[in-house]
Amino acid sequence: MAMIFVAGVDVGSTQTKGVIIDEEGRIVGRALIDTGANVTMAAERVFALALQDAGLSPEQVVFTVGTGYGRYKVTFGNAQVTEISCHARGAVHLFPRTRTVLDIGGQDTKAIRVNERGDVENFTMNDKCSAGTGRFLQGAARALGIPLEELGPMALRAEKAVPISTTCTVFAESEVLSWLARGRKVEDILLGVHRSIASRSIALLRRVGIEEEVTFTGGVSRNPAMVVAVREMLGIPVNVSEESHYMGALGAALFAREFALAGARSRR
Amino acid sequence: MVWVAGIDVGASYTKVVIADDEGHVASRAMVRTGFRLDEAAYEAFSLALEEAGLQREDVSYIVSTGNGRAQVSFRDAHCTDLTACAYGAWFFYPETRTVLDVGGQSMKAIKLSEDGRVLGFRLNDKCAAGTGAFLEKTAYYMGYDIQELGELATTSTNPVTISSVCAVFAEAEVINHVTAGVAPADIMQGAILSLVDRSIQLLKRVGLVPQVTVSGGIMRFTSMRKVLEEKLGLQVNFLPDGAVQFTTALGAAMLGHRRLQRLGLGARRLAS
Repeated sequence: MAMIFVAGVDVGSTQTKGVIIDEEGRIVGRALIDTGANVTMAAERVFALALQDAGLSPEQVVFTVGTGYGRYKVTFGNAQVTEISCHARGAVHLFPRTRTVLDIGGQDTKAIRVNERGDVENFTMNDKCSAGTGRFLQGAARALGIPLEELGPMALRAEKAVPISTTCTVFAESEVLSWLARGRKVEDILLGVHRSIASRSIALLRRVGIEEEVTFTGGVSRNPAMVVAVREMLGIPVNVSEESHYMGALGAALFAREFALAGARSRR
Repeated sequence: MVWVAGIDVGASYTKVVIADDEGHVASRAMVRTGFRLDEAAYEAFSLALEEAGLQREDVSYIVSTGNGRAQVSFRDAHCTDLTACAYGAWFFYPETRTVLDVGGQSMKAIKLSEDGRVLGFRLNDKCAAGTGAFLEKTAYYMGYDIQELGELATTSTNPVTISSVCAVFAEAEVINHVTAGVAPADIMQGAILSLVDRSIQLLKRVGLVPQVTVSGGIMRFTSMRKVLEEKLGLQVNFLPDGAVQFTTALGAAMLGHRRLQRLGLGARRLAS
């Protein structure tokens, strides 16, 4: 029997991620692009790029699941699953002992409790306020004129964190500039910004209850200073995968595999 | 004539008023606060002196207020912006029992005594949703400047509902409305309605007793005051001729006069 492949497409507020896995759950192709204004097109493009990365043709992918806030815009998808379920499923797939997932994305932060099968037991998220999300970092990056991906490495070179007292993402930009005007080092200000986000996220985690192991997912988990800040402030080890940015898409692909196999069995 | 200056170093703008003991204004000046607060205060003060045709020594007393009040090195005294705002509103409208101040980065509801003292207050300075920053961001997402905002909103015929609380999340909502072909005026008016709702919540928490006097930069917009009056079902006082933004600076100046009089210095300076 020929190998089957399935895909997950995670249309986030900021970036769209695509992952293709084989029936063993191994990632064979991945792609990531900015979502932009045309959500459907972003989904199609990311799927094409992931196919290219895997060296596959569209017909070889038997099932596709869309997730993320734009999941219903994945017009070629066979099913949709919420990003909360997908992050949980992806995290438990890569780190089977995961019981708590922290997902920090471009516009939202989620704390998810999962069981050993990767099912969601409880979750909470910041749906009213952008404080403590990736947007807070984007604001700092814009205020300082530094590319987003350089923020983390710079913060790691800090000597003494500046206390960022602002909660609001909008006001944080001016606080960052005011610290700069007072002559504080950019690195120290950035460390303060990272700690501020970590502290908001940990407050969210406490609301669902922290049970080890904790797995950190989402785009912001690629930032090394955020990982250090979350680990230090939480005081326990935190799993972070190379694939953490693709966790939602991976979870979606795992659901696609489940649906595809169930479908194949029912046809037999 | 005894002149006193009130300097209000706010989060967005620094405002200066030079006034006599009856509250007659010799001049006003306003500059962006930026990050060198003392310099901004000095620049605004110099502009006000120049406009009034006064010298530094003509001003008997300088009172600073606002977030950056302690940074004003050339002050004689300072007071909190709550005290100054309440006193400014009360000095010109003695029947004021509640003040609503909406600035660039904060919103305050203040309860006053009959003699203009602060009895209680509620404050939002944690979240841009209830402040001028919300309107500024909304205008910015549509490519407008905050100065054009008042004009724009007056042409609204069918305001939209902005359901996002967070000024950052409102961006996506505003963009969706623009893409759907909603007129910018109706989006702007929607943002004003949202801000007014939040201000009424704050007023209710402090206990809303008429008369209500409004202050702060955002209150210079007629649409903002009109919506507030409609929703409250009562008229609100505000300092006319563009002075609504200077209520707190004026209050600081008038508190300076009161201090001089209590010290017996007002008359002495006048005599000399």
